[in-house]
Amino acid sequence: MRSRLFFLAPVAVFLVIAGYMAWGLMDPERNPSAVPSARVDQPVPLFAVPALYDSEPDGLATADLTNGKVTLVNFFASWCVPCQVEHPLFMQLAAQGKVELVGIAYRDKRADTRNWLKALGNPYSKIGVDQNGRTAIEWGVSGVPETFVIDREGRIRYQHIGPIHERDLTGKILPLIEELGG
Amino acid sequence: MSRTLLALAVLFLLAVPAAAVEPDEVLDDPALEARARTLSQEIRCLVCQNESIDSSNADLAKDLRIIVRERLVAGDSDQEVLDYLVARYGDYVLLRPPVKPGTYLLWFGPALLLALGVLSVAIYFRRRRPPQAAGLSAEEEARVATLMDQGDDTDTGPRS
Repeated sequence: MRSRLFFLAPVAVFLVIAGYMAWGLMDPERNPSAVPSARVDQPVPLFAVPALYDSEPDGLATADLTNGKVTLVNFFASWCVPCQVEHPLFMQLAAQGKVELVGIAYRDKRADTRNWLKALGNPYSKIGVDQNGRTAIEWGVSGVPETFVIDREGRIRYQHIGPIHERDLTGKILPLIEELGG
Repeated sequence: MSRTLLALAVLFLLAVPAAAVEPDEVLDDPALEARARTLSQEIRCLVCQNESIDSSNADLAKDLRIIVRERLVAGDSDQEVLDYLVARYGDYVLLRPPVKPGTYLLWFGPALLLALGVLSVAIYFRRRRPPQAAGLSAEEEARVATLMDQGDDTDTGPRS
């Protein structure tokens, strides 16, 4: 009897592994290739980037995100195809005016960024230009698009890697903004 | 012919793993540059999954290589450079994950599996040991003795 149970061991091992994999597949949030965020719950890093448009001489800096408002910070680029995917959601968000949305153009030519925004619409209240990618590194950004939720105290509360889909917005980002009192 | 082969073999030996470091990145101080190279091999290029920034030619890898060199020139220790990157990208940026409770299974899992394997092999061979080692019962001993006695008288088989 005992030896028969012994032969069932491989089946048991298989079930454990299969169960674990099924668990991983069940929820799209469980993405094994997602980079865990180190910046979450930390204050916005020190940075200052020049503005995209000459009409905003100040550019974008740490102080703009520690002003008592909940802010979304979106790293994007005109050459980035997934950025185009999430862009309509940002347009909607801007139209609702619920939350402040600022953009940082990553490794992009100014003229290209401007043309891209002219063609698709500009949802950002402020846009900075991170031409050499140094500010992105300060933020722990490894590619575009990435989006951060900043609370009233200027702390990073959420880092979203990759394009934002409807379900990310309604399931995670909007509830978080609500919770933070944005 | 053999000369050509020898020349080819020597050429193959001369080939070293290609690094992505570009000439304009190289530091003037060879000692610092050597430290930068060693450190770079420990740092993951985040957009190429399993390449180090030393061997990747992605833009982000180049940026990180430059940052590593800047920090070294600014007088950071090797550990401070790594800490700087970990603060931004988490432990994921290190190609060699640190030993801590969350990674115990990763580090000690193979040893654990090996121990389990050794244990199960040991159990297997213990079970297979022939049972007659226990010896014969008194009844069987008596029967063997009778058969042996008979054999002495009536054996007709071949003998040397």
